[in-house]
Amino acid sequence: MDDLSANRRVGWVLGLPPTAWLLVFFLVPLGLIWVLSFGEKRGIVDIAITWTFDNYQRALDPLYLQIFAKSFWFAGITTAVCLLVAFPIALAITFATPRWKPILLLLTILPFWTNLLIRTYALIAVLRTRGYVNFTLEWLWEKADALLVLVGLGHLQLLGERFEPVELLYNNFAVVFGLVYVHLPFMVLPLYAALDRLDRSYIEASLDLGASQFRTFASVVVPLALPGIVSGVIITFIPALGSFLTPDLLGGTDSQMIANVIERQFKSANDWPFGAALSFLLMYITFFALALRAMASRGRSAMEAA
Amino acid sequence: MSMPRSHRIRRRSFLAGLGAVAAGVSLGSRRALAAEEARVNFYNWDTYIGETTLEDFAKATGVEVKMDLFADNDELFAKLKEGNPGYDLIVPTNDYVERMIAAGMLETLDHSKIPNIANLAPSFRDAAFDPGRKHSLPYMWGTIGIGYRKSRVDAPPDSWKWLYDSDRHSGRIAMLGDAGVVVQMGLKLLGKPLNSTEPALIKQVEEMLIRQKKHIKVFAEDNGQDLLASGEVDLTMEWNGDILQVMEEDDDIAFVVPREGGLLWQDCLCIPKGAPHPMNAHRFIDFLLDGENGAAIADFIQYATPNAAAKALMSAEYRENPAIFPPDSVIEICEASVYKGEEYQRLIDETWTRIQAA
Repeated sequence: MDDLSANRRVGWVLGLPPTAWLLVFFLVPLGLIWVLSFGEKRGIVDIAITWTFDNYQRALDPLYLQIFAKSFWFAGITTAVCLLVAFPIALAITFATPRWKPILLLLTILPFWTNLLIRTYALIAVLRTRGYVNFTLEWLWEKADALLVLVGLGHLQLLGERFEPVELLYNNFAVVFGLVYVHLPFMVLPLYAALDRLDRSYIEASLDLGASQFRTFASVVVPLALPGIVSGVIITFIPALGSFLTPDLLGGTDSQMIANVIERQFKSANDWPFGAALSFLLMYITFFALALRAMASRGRSAMEAA
Repeated sequence: MSMPRSHRIRRRSFLAGLGAVAAGVSLGSRRALAAEEARVNFYNWDTYIGETTLEDFAKATGVEVKMDLFADNDELFAKLKEGNPGYDLIVPTNDYVERMIAAGMLETLDHSKIPNIANLAPSFRDAAFDPGRKHSLPYMWGTIGIGYRKSRVDAPPDSWKWLYDSDRHSGRIAMLGDAGVVVQMGLKLLGKPLNSTEPALIKQVEEMLIRQKKHIKVFAEDNGQDLLASGEVDLTMEWNGDILQVMEEDDDIAFVVPREGGLLWQDCLCIPKGAPHPMNAHRFIDFLLDGENGAAIADFIQYATPNAAAKALMSAEYRENPAIFPPDSVIEICEASVYKGEEYQRLIDETWTRIQAA
């Protein structure tokens, strides 16, 4: 690092590509959308930038606020389930033997090698009425029914006359299931990073001093892994909040999330200014949540310092 | 309003088609027109062209066709809205043709360069959405209706009420996830013209759909035919050609246009403003409207051709299939959708948002 700051030219050369990238492909397009959100639709293709707040006002209509709330609800459940599922996985990877660790990590990131769309279609094949889950359940049902007949209880039809497939697809369950499936690696990796750095002697000390396994987990492991938990929650929650593909493909008639509404503004509704305003509202809310978190952690470290 | 439609065909023929496209694209230009590069940039629906059409055109004229695919009219419109990225020929549906004409996005066609217009059936030589056919020529047409599984219904579901206002098939219904079409068919059920823009009527459809929602399984992403074929639903609102394709593989599936009538649509060949190769685009349109070429396309994609010369060359099986060419009695009760302005677009989108949020 010292060498870099000493040699300013090298610093410039190395810093230029990422800066240019950020500017051209992130800040400029984002700025354009921001300007657009103060525009007014004039005719089919023309948009006049009048610096009106009408689009934001419309976005604050209870109809859209309700959809925002629902999106937060979906993203919140997704994040909570991801956390519950990912913690044991991350612990298992952390305490795996050196031989197994890279394999387990590889398995965690393996889904990223396949496109999200393809993975979502694969989920459809798993969850649908004539999908693999229902095939398995039907097989189990048949075996159980055959067993009942065998023990002479067949005539009672305890399991119903015939197998009724479980409705797993095209409802809100499918949406949350799909979101958890897609976002799980985003939770596992930061948790693993935090747990792997954890000094094991703390755990040993806690156990040696008579704390139970659970107490050790709750009072030692979790607090030490807190930074990982927080980053995991953030990088799971934010993309889950903006999902549109999953509710589109797996959802039923009331699974609409805010990103679906935004997508429609840029396509069928052809109302880019309103779509831009909805996008920025979503972004403001996210920034606000992040700012709250930053303030909270600053408050905490100030308290610890005091 | 959008009309997404997947022009799906069997996988094997699709792969063969891909090969043909690749071959067609790789054929070099042999004879260049004086003024223009020997090339046409064609923006089309997926699997909506004959197996060897592009190759044949390259062979006949030395003009190479590069084909890109769009999934629905909205994608096509959004892509061209901010200026033509280089397409010479596009295939929008009638109400989008109207919208693009209104936005000044389409080039005027030079009919003198397209003698094969004479092949079109008389009823297709003019159109209300494009008087005098100045900007568009018909490519394929069709209807919308209900695809259903015969063994799961007592009688053909020949009314929209089975989708919109009945619990008979609760949880076994798929609708198109297309707000415009869903609202318009609801208006047909109410006995109103599908082009009505009256907010009170549209509100009535909205309330009906909100009541019916618990019985509808999914607003499908234009894959109703797959949901029907895989047994996920028993009734689905779909485009005739899509159902026809699964009917070929499953005898238990049928298609009916409800007695209240449905939608008549027409996909059109248009040259967008700013097309880099308009001369060759005209030649390609003329080639597509040729009888034999048109028949080869229709035979491959199984949609209804407006080309009388092409239809005459087709088998009786195709010409007499009521799911491809509905009888006049059905056509009479169907309507074409017209472009109803941007305010209407917003009304429909808000209606759709409310239906799904309710």
